[in-house]
Amino acid sequence: MEKDRYIRQTTLVNFGQEGQDKLQFSKILIVGAGGLGVPVLQYLNAMGVGTIGLIDNDVVSLSNLHRQVLYTEADIGKSKVQVAIEKLKAQNSNTNFEGYEAFLDATNAFEIIKKYDLIVDASDNFPTRYLVNDACVMLKKPFVYGALHSFEGHVSVFNYNSGPTYRCLFPNIPKADEIPNCNEQGVLGILPGIIGNLQALEAAKILAEIGNVLSGKLLVFNALDQQYHKFNIETVQDNLEIGKLQDSYELACDVALESIESGAFLKLLKNENIQCVDVRTEEEYDDFHYQNTIHIPLNRIEEKQDLIDFKKPVYCLCQSGIRSQKAIQQLKTSHPDAKLINVEGGYNILKSQVSGRVISTKEK
Amino acid sequence: MNILLFGIAKDIVGESVLTIEGELQPPKTVGELKNYIVQLHPKFGELSSLAIAVNSNYANDSMKVNDGDEIAIIPPVSGG
Repeated sequence: MEKDRYIRQTTLVNFGQEGQDKLQFSKILIVGAGGLGVPVLQYLNAMGVGTIGLIDNDVVSLSNLHRQVLYTEADIGKSKVQVAIEKLKAQNSNTNFEGYEAFLDATNAFEIIKKYDLIVDASDNFPTRYLVNDACVMLKKPFVYGALHSFEGHVSVFNYNSGPTYRCLFPNIPKADEIPNCNEQGVLGILPGIIGNLQALEAAKILAEIGNVLSGKLLVFNALDQQYHKFNIETVQDNLEIGKLQDSYELACDVALESIESGAFLKLLKNENIQCVDVRTEEEYDDFHYQNTIHIPLNRIEEKQDLIDFKKPVYCLCQSGIRSQKAIQQLKTSHPDAKLINVEGGYNILKSQVSGRVISTKEK
Repeated sequence: MNILLFGIAKDIVGESVLTIEGELQPPKTVGELKNYIVQLHPKFGELSSLAIAVNSNYANDSMKVNDGDEIAIIPPVSGG
């Protein structure tokens, strides 16, 4: 009987037994067992993905039932992970389930994510989305992104074969209260079903290695008009290099980061004896750099910070102004009172202003 | 110039399309466009990440915009 189970899939040209075997030997983690997670779980489980991990720490509530169609009235008050796995086992007893009754956070993300081939971000909040992104980038795992707002849904595949990440689309985590969530905004029951299914489709394509994966593109679906828009996104190289997770992904009420505009920085560098730390890689630094700068690559910033005089202001510089911000975040934890200043836009902007002042060691 | 609005941008403006017409100095770059929109609807100034697409391509602030371009404003969305 079991060999008939997937026969409609294995019969498919360009999928076949080979595609089925790839699903069977895959391990996928679903972050969130809510509106998006439920359809992802149901379809990937039905289709024969071998190992399904599921992490959530929520319990079923009455107001979930209009969209989280795996749960029933009898499940109210019970753990979503427990209820979901019980039902999914009845749906497909061959699947190996791994349930985590916890919320993904900076302390457990690595241990859990590293065990899987592919991650599905079916969460409902920005801190988790940025954490999933950063952990997946560091562990080199692709992830399928899905998110909702009113009658609109977004889908993409991030960090796939060095493709763009979530931070290439939205570099910084929004501040608290900037963007309302589903609880505040409301959501039509069917919408997470549609978006979750699009995520499941992308997941199946990645695992079975078929079709064109939605990497480098953001798909936006408008339910009221039945319209799909696709936007092209490019990889920002800096976003593929994440040295460590943030200590906290909680939404900041105000992100305090002192920065200096490139023109003002150039004047200071020319006329004053300022302390400037270049946090780019060896190769980048060798390629070109300003004179009188201290070179400490971002991944060594903590061990080599005694090269910095924290009694003086510290100007942090990189290629595009992103790694320098990360350096500042790291230095701030050990030197909360230091004056740390980010050079906005980094060399990308500086070079366009005065290319003649850039020192190339190759020419020296 | 027509600007397609998504996510909270649609809620802020109250429409799904924002039309810029009859301006003496229409915005020439994505950066100028962002400033223009913030002046029109100050709530945009409170958003820390705001993706803009020009002709379906994600665009940086320095990118030029022309009258016939299809512009889209895509703020982050979080629901699930």
